[in-house]
Amino acid sequence: MDVALDVRFRKTLGDFSLDVSWQAGCEIVVLFGPSGAGKSLTFQTLAGLVTPDEGRIRLGEALLFDSESGVNRPVREREVGYLFQHYALYPHMSARDNIRFAHPHPGSPEAARELDGLLQRFHLEEVAGQFPRALSGGQRQRVALARALMRRPRWLLLDEPLSAVDLAVRRRIRAELKQLQRTLAIPMVLITHDLGEALAMADHLVIYDGGRVVQAGTPSAILQNPENSVIAEWAGSALVHGDRVFSF
Amino acid sequence: METLLSAARLSLLVSLSATALIGVVGLGLAYLLAFREFRGKHLLDALVSVPLVLPPTVVGYYLVLLFGREGWLGGPLYRLTHWSAVFTWQGAALAAFVVALPLMVRVSRAAIQSVDRDLIQISATLGKSEWDTAWHVVLPLARQGILAGLLLSFARALGEFGATLMIAGNIPGKTSTLPLSIYTAFQNGDDTLAQTLALLLTVISGAVIYFANRWTASRWM
Repeated sequence: MDVALDVRFRKTLGDFSLDVSWQAGCEIVVLFGPSGAGKSLTFQTLAGLVTPDEGRIRLGEALLFDSESGVNRPVREREVGYLFQHYALYPHMSARDNIRFAHPHPGSPEAARELDGLLQRFHLEEVAGQFPRALSGGQRQRVALARALMRRPRWLLLDEPLSAVDLAVRRRIRAELKQLQRTLAIPMVLITHDLGEALAMADHLVIYDGGRVVQAGTPSAILQNPENSVIAEWAGSALVHGDRVFSF
Repeated sequence: METLLSAARLSLLVSLSATALIGVVGLGLAYLLAFREFRGKHLLDALVSVPLVLPPTVVGYYLVLLFGREGWLGGPLYRLTHWSAVFTWQGAALAAFVVALPLMVRVSRAAIQSVDRDLIQISATLGKSEWDTAWHVVLPLARQGILAGLLLSFARALGEFGATLMIAGNIPGKTSTLPLSIYTAFQNGDDTLAQTLALLLTVISGAVIYFANRWTASRWM
């Protein structure tokens, strides 16, 4: 496996300490674990919103952070498509303007062309003029995702992308996200605390607990050989059949 | 009638000039105090706000020290240009500026600070510069507070008396703004004029405060 993402850092915030290390290829990486395990803090650190105490973060050939050599690329140069948990859509801009704003040159004809493409791809043409407060959870999610792509990211960080979406459409969106990752061929990291979702989405699964990585690997490897009793308990509650997962 | 018109015109000129300057300087200060950490921040914060609690005559006294013909800034300026802010409408505008500035800074700073941090952070992840984020995200979302701050400042500038008297004097047709003209009319026993001017000032200020309150109360979402 070519390492597309190499993450190793330590960060202490108050009495919580996050000390994690994992690698992943150009695939779908799922950070799974209970609330408060440090998954969102990991994202903030990867994106550059939080500076680690020490460590190294590498995206492909690009060094984003390295405490040893003093490298710390600013947030806006990390070329990340970051989906916040509540999407953080600009309330004073229409769906169209939210997406357009993310283009390096929002006024250019090129931006207009890309905007049309994204609106079409995410089925947003009909609601493009609406403001976020008038959109459904699923529509907001798509606007946020389109906005993240408009920025031409080299990797995607999706923090609980499905938490504000109806159960009924989750399955469809999971498939769409998988498809999206295959098309873009860039690393896609996503956070969930839903085991079924983690198993259904992950090419590579990283299990967090209490600010540490307790196990990492492919979902099937983890299910077959759980590292500790907690994971075994999770694994025991899931039934895997082919690429379909049922969790109880 | 002539006194009334000239005082009203002068008041408007002085208050609008002061408010325009406050719009630029006050907004800059509000943004700086809201988002930046730097040495002397608390001192700057206190310095900007102290005219709120100082007697305006004291503010005016300092202004004369600074901008008078012999002043620290006014002295060199006078030697260079033979012009001084003392006894001019510009002096009155300066007084109004200093006294009204803290209202703008405090109200718009609160509005700027209340903008959701997530929206500012997401802008950075989208590759936007701080300027782009300030211009397209922070200021539009804080605009009601900013407008309210401007209105309050305008109202305060319109009612300025003490500091204006100190630096600009009370020269009819030149520096006699509405509040100063009321004082003169009252002193001269011209009750009708005093009443009319007082009523005019009350109506304008009342209307401004009314709209300032309405704008601060309404919000996005």
